[in-house]
This record gives sequence, structure tokens and C-alpha cells, in this order.
Amino acid sequence: MSNKTSRAISRRSFLKGVGAVGATGLLAACGGGDSTAASGSTGEAAGGASAEGKVINIYSWNDEFRTRLEAVYPEVVSTSDDGTVTTLKDGTEIHWVINPNQDGVYQQKLDEALLNQAGASADDKVDIFLSETDYVFKYTDAAADVAMPLTDLGIDPDTDLADQYPFTKTTASDANGVQRGSTWQCCPGLLVYRRDIALDTFGTDDPVAIGEKVKDWDTFKASAEELKAKGYYALASYADTFRLYGNSISQPWGVEGSGTITVDPQIMQWVSDSKEWLDAGYLNKTVKGQFNDDWNKAMGSASKVFAFLLPAWGIDFTLAPNWDGPAGSWAVTNPPQEYNWGGSYIHACQGTDNPEHVRDIILALTATKDNLIKISKDYMDFTNTMSGMQEAATDDSFASEFLGGQNAYEYFSPVAENIVIAPLSSYDQGCVELIQNAFSDYYQGNVDFDRAKENFETAIKERYPDITTVVWPD
Amino acid sequence: MNKTHVKRAGTAEKILAYAVLAVLSFLCLFFFYILIVNSTRSHADLQKGFSWLPGNYFFENLKNVANDGSFPMFKGILNSLIVSSSSAALCTYFSALTAYGLYAYNFRLKKFAFTFIMAILVMPTQVTAMGFLRLITNMGLYDTLWPLIIPSIASPSIFYFMYSYLKSSLPLSLVEAARIDGSGEFMTFNRIVLPIMKPAIAVQAIFSFVGSWNNYFVPALIIQSKDKMTVPILIATLRGADYMNFDQGKIYMMITVAIVPIIIVYLLLSKYIIAGITLGGVKE
Amino acid sequence: MKQKRKHLSYAKWGYIFIIPFFVTFFIFSFIPLVDTIRYSFYEYYRSGIKEIGPNFIGLENYKALFESDLLKYAGNTLLLWLIGFIPQIVIALLLANWFTDMRLKLRGQQFFKVVIYLPNLIMASAFAMLFFALFSNSGPINSILMSLGITSEPIDFMGTAFGTRSLVGLMNFLMWFGNTTIMLMAAIMGISPEIFEAAELDGCGSVKRFFSITLPLIRPILAYTLITSIIGGLQMFDVPQILTNGQGSPDRTSMTLIMFLNNHLKSRNYGMAGALSVFLFIVSGILCFFVYRMTNGSDTTASKPEKHHKQKGGAKA
Repeated sequence: MSNKTSRAISRRSFLKGVGAVGATGLLAACGGGDSTAASGSTGEAAGGASAEGKVINIYSWNDEFRTRLEAVYPEVVSTSDDGTVTTLKDGTEIHWVINPNQDGVYQQKLDEALLNQAGASADDKVDIFLSETDYVFKYTDAAADVAMPLTDLGIDPDTDLADQYPFTKTTASDANGVQRGSTWQCCPGLLVYRRDIALDTFGTDDPVAIGEKVKDWDTFKASAEELKAKGYYALASYADTFRLYGNSISQPWGVEGSGTITVDPQIMQWVSDSKEWLDAGYLNKTVKGQFNDDWNKAMGSASKVFAFLLPAWGIDFTLAPNWDGPAGSWAVTNPPQEYNWGGSYIHACQGTDNPEHVRDIILALTATKDNLIKISKDYMDFTNTMSGMQEAATDDSFASEFLGGQNAYEYFSPVAENIVIAPLSSYDQGCVELIQNAFSDYYQGNVDFDRAKENFETAIKERYPDITTVVWPD
Repeated sequence: MNKTHVKRAGTAEKILAYAVLAVLSFLCLFFFYILIVNSTRSHADLQKGFSWLPGNYFFENLKNVANDGSFPMFKGILNSLIVSSSSAALCTYFSALTAYGLYAYNFRLKKFAFTFIMAILVMPTQVTAMGFLRLITNMGLYDTLWPLIIPSIASPSIFYFMYSYLKSSLPLSLVEAARIDGSGEFMTFNRIVLPIMKPAIAVQAIFSFVGSWNNYFVPALIIQSKDKMTVPILIATLRGADYMNFDQGKIYMMITVAIVPIIIVYLLLSKYIIAGITLGGVKE
Repeated sequence: MKQKRKHLSYAKWGYIFIIPFFVTFFIFSFIPLVDTIRYSFYEYYRSGIKEIGPNFIGLENYKALFESDLLKYAGNTLLLWLIGFIPQIVIALLLANWFTDMRLKLRGQQFFKVVIYLPNLIMASAFAMLFFALFSNSGPINSILMSLGITSEPIDFMGTAFGTRSLVGLMNFLMWFGNTTIMLMAAIMGISPEIFEAAELDGCGSVKRFFSITLPLIRPILAYTLITSIIGGLQMFDVPQILTNGQGSPDRTSMTLIMFLNNHLKSRNYGMAGALSVFLFIVSGILCFFVYRMTNGSDTTASKPEKHHKQKGGAKA
């Protein structure tokens, strides 16, 4: 362990030394061939850009990043029909390694690859990997040192990434404030509602008027009662509100080495509110969790669900494909509590043999305003450019057909500026997933409150063997 | 009097028997019917609810399955075919060889060897999974198909089947006669014993093929990369559905693609397979 | 006679022929087994992307194992097995009896046999995935039930312990009853026809004949079915794992022992996984003992295939 760390540190300091010279050409050279060899042998440094590897391996959990890359990265020539290989103009191939996020599968596969990184042949090395806000911390950890500091790549966060939302930069930094990743998206969440149900219940589908109806939890609850009287559900699943509470926690779920998971009072608030809403009939009891068939069907025209709490990507990626009615049936307004949901961070992997390409891709996708604006226009993704998003908020060309001509950025932009990122830890994904599973039984009346707590404790200790205690709020 | 009574009772029983059989057959076929119907419908169609009639989205779904690089179904089928046929071949050949060795020869450890194999007959593979995983990793065979194939050389249950079969159908005088003709021991096994064991080998080849085709636990531990995954792992990844795959039509199609090849083989060979179940009486 | 003759010069061939089997077993089963047992005494797991251990901790893993809900999962496994096995053996006996009853002369036997054996060949994981899709709240089964007016609200099959366990039981039943039927049929056909004829002369009804003649005579094969099924049950994994996405929900009531093992393997907790494996090894060792007693104690099972083989020939003639 200690041996590994020291070796990594020596490599990093070497790379830093190069960065200080400031010549990117040199930087490219040191990535040539096998990176462990590169740190020692200066002979290879003469290779120049041609020393870049032929294959860029990118680890991700879906094709979202690929579609964004194809859309804006000018070097892309084409992608194979099955979506596994993208060819660049200089003949370099991007190999996409896609594993589903759920149940920790993506991270297991990634961890496996990262552990084998040193011994992998150049073409098998991970060059770029993605992470989500839920577990970004695990990979930006300074001691683990798997994500390269951006400065080592020749990217200066203060100048190159000045237009990014500051909280995204904080999220992608390690505990010492060294930024080790960058994102193209910023995920302020909104309330997306059905216009026809709004008209039927409240007599209006105007976003401002509806925004008033859902402006905080108490008001939303009163509106939910109105919806219920008309035979509608306010929201689909108890899981839909989780992010709003989960993002407002005041302390991290866990601190590495402490062996303790701390459950924040906000989470318990979510538990009691969800139980109340579910028992009152404001939520659809048959929809358990998210991203399953029942949840998808709740987005269909036959559903009685009034609204979903989604970020921009959720509207484009989830809601739109599941909606089978006419376009223009949905609208967005402010959520009862400001939140952000998701965010895919791009990391350069230590040991990459393609640092030049990697830097290029990170800059093209996360720091080039025109590219980001294009992503926003084409995919309705809320992108990581403060100035661009402020412009979009008042630009009518950003009006969405799916939302009946509404410009969603008008609502997204202010939420984004107010986002304060909750304290992160490397246990976040397991905690977020398992606490929802454990209390799902409680909501359905299968177990009592204490039993649900016990089940969470059991599951979290199984997932993270180093956890020995779980602390609940009083 | 007595006879007509028996006869009437027989008729009632017959009706009952047909009724029960009809219900059970319905149960066995019904789920597959829904599967096939749903695999011909689009996601939007499926969203609207169930229909008894097939849709016309079959080829579209099939195309979607074939073109999805993150679930390489057809590559998976190819991998499964490689693994299943190799392990079927290896395990039938070596089980027959081991059975013959223990049946036709007398040696000091014979009884011990036989008892030992019988003792490990029921040891669950999962018990050694953890050590197996580490061993495979140390041998550098992690994420390759070899660990799914080679261990099938030692298949106690198939050995047992072969042994029983040999006992019933190979007279040792035949082996003796071959020796007199000057045939070497290994030659005798390949030229004389194997042909006699053909029926048993065929049956076990089918069963071990199916067993290996359907195996999920071990491949899920060993296989890491997409292009080496076998069908059951791909199916399991589907269950952990993410927002990357919400297309229900495609999911049904993937299940169809995973099980239809086996069903076709089964229907073609059903007579043989059903006779084979009782030929050995060894349940796997 | 000939078997008794010494083949001293050929003995080495016996060793040569059985060596591949034993070498393979030694490498791929025995070494892993020893390794598994060894690490059950160590603290050894992966935390994030770092490996912790191995540190020798004696019996700590075993202590932790028995303090966990191990017995509950053992109970779940037993229960899930029983839910499938009881209808399986009852239906299989009934069908086997009908198929072999000369007086009933059931038609389409071959067809029925083909159909009922079919689910046995289906990949358990695909079958479970299919059931998950079919029985979800907005899935086809609920949609059919609602359109028939049987229920107005969708039934939450997988939301209750009863529902989930029943589904697992139903799947196990469907996958195995055909196989068992065919096995039992063979056993019943092995009973000498004279015994049945004598019973008929005595005016023995079909129910009585079944209980006083058929059942006692096929007892060895019933026992064999029972034991193999228990061992299969102990290893139950694919179906509940995929149906509940590894959670054994609700309230871990359908979490089996192997699913529990899988959880530890997944979090790379080699120590705990080792301890659990040793526990499973001992349990299956006990079961193994019974099988051993059966196969060697009364030679019935050992001679069984031979008998069936002859029978098959006889039936064809």
C-alpha cells in the first residue's frame, strides 16, 4: 500500500515539474507508451505527439457522454453501429466501456480496471473515466490518486475553467482543493408538470401560477390534496423527492477511517414526509423507486401523475422518451426546495498514455462555451457555462417544443446559481441507494420503522466492510 | 358390477388427468407466449398495456438488440456457444475416461478414488468460489473464458452417470478381446469403449451444454469485459436497469434471444432428451 | 468372474485414465477450497479502491457471521425450497402415476412430456427476468387481471414477502416438476406389472394401489429426488437474486444463503465470504453424508440407471 502511494507521488511530482515548464509538448511526450516507464526514462520523451497511444479507453455508465462528444468534439469522424468504438481524425480510436451504474456495477468494473492500471498494456489502460456526484469523492481522493490533477494535464482551473459554476469545481476537487475532474453539465433540478392535469385541477397551466402552488413543502402539500380530490397523484414515487432532502444534508455520510456512517436529520425528514405523503395518497403506491418499468409508465399519457422532480438531463433522457402524448404537454416551474441532481464528471486517469487527447477532450467538452451552448440547444442539457446559461435564459431560441414553447433555462439558471453542494464522501452512492431500499419496505408497511433502520445498517455494513457503526439523529 | 365401477372411476380420473395436464401445460407455455408477443411490440406499445396479439416491431427490436454495443447479445451468444460446447466436449470425454479407468482396471487406490468422487458429488461450486476467484486471478486467467471451460474436466455427476452406464453395457471380455488383438489401452478406449458409450455421451453432452449455457454464478465472478460476457450475465445486467435501458420491447427481445436457441434445440431433440433424463437418473 | 482376475500389468492405466480428473479437481476445487478456509481467519477486504489486510483475526469472522442474520437466511432458503418442492413432488407423483396407469391410456403423452420438461432448460436468470417483467405493477399479468375484472388495483406481487416467495416457489416448481415427473415415471415403470395385476385381482382401487404399492416401491428414487433437490435448494441463487435485484426484498425475506455469500463476494470481503463458505461446506457435507449412505448403503440408486436402461429397451419392444 505505502509502496504504491509513494510511487504514485513520485510520478505526480515528476509531472508537476513538467507542468511548471509550461510546455504542453513536453507533457504529451511524457505520456508516451507505458506511463510507469515514462516517469523514469527520459529517452522516450523525445517521441513528441506521436508517442500518444492508439486507443483511448473511456469508462462510463451510459451513452450520454458519447453523444455529447460526438456532437461537439471536432476530431470525431464516426462511431461504429454498436456504439463501442469512435474513430478520431488522426486514427486514434476511442473504446467505450459501458457498465450500468445501478447496484454499484459500474464502480466495481472501474475499480477492477484501476487496480490493474499499472500492469495493463498501453492500449488497455483507462484514459478517461466518468463519475457521478454520488461517488466523485471516492475517485478524487488525494491518497487514492487515480484521477489526475487538472494542472498535471496542463489545464489551469482558474483561467481555463473560469466560466464554470464554482460548485462544480468544488465537487471535482480533493480535500486539499486540487481539482481532479471537470464537467460539462450542471444539474439544477426543477418541477416538471403535466399541463392538462394542472388545467383540470388548478384551472391554469401557467408556470408562474403553478410555481406558487408548489413553492414550498407546505404549499405543495395543500396542492397535493387538491390533486388527490381530482384523482391525481402529486408525484410518482417516494424516491422522487429524495434528492431535495439528500442534497441538503449538513454533514457527510461517512468519513473514511472512522468506520461510522452518520444519517443526517434531513434524511429522516425525508422518511417521515414520504411516509406521510404516501399514506395520504399523494404518491402512487405502485411505483417503487425510479428508473424501473412502473416509473417509466408513470410518465406515459395514461398516468395520473401530475409532476416529476427532474434536472435538465432527466427531461431529455427520461421523460421525453417515455411520453407518448402530443408534444407541448409538459411545463417546468420552480421546485419546492432548490436541489441539483447528478452531474457527470470527466476525469483523466493516472497512467493514461494519451494525455494530449484527454486534455483536448476535457477542454472541448467542459470549457468551450460554443460547444456547451450547442449541447444545451441540442440535448436540453444545462451546461457548465455561467455566462452562456444567463444568455440562454433570455434567448427565445432555447424554447422547447416538448415544453410547449417554454424556455426552461429561465427557471434553471437561478436555481443553478444558488446550488450549495452537500458535503461529499466516498460512501454516498451506497448510502443513497441502500437507505432508499431499506425504507421502501417501511413505506409499504412491510416492516416497522426500527426494522427498516436495522436493515439499512445490515446492508451498509455488507456493502462497506470497514463500516462498524451507524449513527442516527435523535 | 365391480368392473363397470372401476371403469367409471377411470373415466372420471381420466378427465381430471387431462384437466390437470391442460392447466400445467398452459402454465408452462403461457409465460413464453407473453414473452414472444411482447418482444414483437415497441416500447410505446407496451406502455399502453398488454395485448394478446403480436405487434409488428419484431425486427425493429431485434435490430436494436443487435446494435447495442453495451449489451452485446450476439457476441454473448457466441461466447456462450464456445464455452458450452467446449465444456460439454471436455467433460463428457474425460468423465468417460475416468469412469473407464475406474471400471476396467484394478488398482490399489481404486476404491478410495471412487469413494472420493462420490463424496464430492454434492459439494456446491459456490463454496469454493472465493478461492477460485483468487486462484484464477493469480493464474492470470481472470476475465478469460478458460476458467469456465477447463474445470469441467472434473464433473463428478457426469462421471457417475458414465460409470453406471459402463457397468450396464460394457462387458469386460470385450476389452480382453481387444488386448488379445494387440490394441493399446488408450486405443481400446477411443476405438471400442467410446462408440459403445455413444448414447450416454450424447445425453450428457446435451445436459452439460444446457447447464453450462445457463450457468450464471461463476461467469459473473470471472468475466469482466463486455466482449467476453456470456448470455446469463448480460441478462442479469438487464435487471439492474438504469436509465440507459428503459426500452421494454428491447428487454423482452433480449430474453427471447437468450432462450430461443435452447428451445429450438430442445424441440428438435426432445425425444432423445426426455429418454435421456431417466437413462442416468442423475439430476444436475 | 473376470473382474476378479488381477490386472497387475494394467493397473498403471487405471491411474493414467483417472489422473486428468483428479488433477483438475485438485487445482480448480481443492486449492480454492483450502484458500477459502484459510482466509476465513483473516480480515481481508477492499475499501473503495484500497485493499485492507490480510490480517489474521482468528475466529472473528465466524463470530460476526453468527451474529448476522445467517440463520434467517438459512430459514429463507429452506422455506423458498419447500414452497417449490412440495407442489413439485405432489404434482410429479400424480402425473407419473397417471402417465403409467395402463387403464387410463392417456393420449398425447409425448406432447405433455415435452411441454412440462421445457421450463427445466430455460436459463434461470432469463426466467427470473421474465417473471420480473411480467409481474411488475404495470406488467402484463396485472394488466390481464385488471381487464378481466379480477382486480381493480394492480396487485403488488413483489411488494410482499408472500408474493415474492410464491413467485420464487412457482418458478422453481415450473422448472423442476417436469424433470421429477419423468424420473418418477421411470421408477414406476420399473415395478413388475405382475404386482399391479395381482392388486387389480384383489379389487384394489387406484388410490389404494398408489399408496400401498406404488409409493413404497419407488421410495429409493423418491429419496434420491429429495436429496438432490435439497442440495439444489441450498444453492438457490439465480432466481431470487435476479427477481429481487439482489436485495431479497421485502425485508430480506427472500435472501438466500448464496445471495448472502454473493453480497460479501461483491464487496470483496474475502474474510467474511470465506467464513460463510466454510459454513456452507459443512452443511453440504452433512447432506453429502446422507447421499453417500444412500448410494452405498442400499445399492438401489447405483443400479438404477441400469434398470432404467433395460426398461427403456423393454418399453420400445
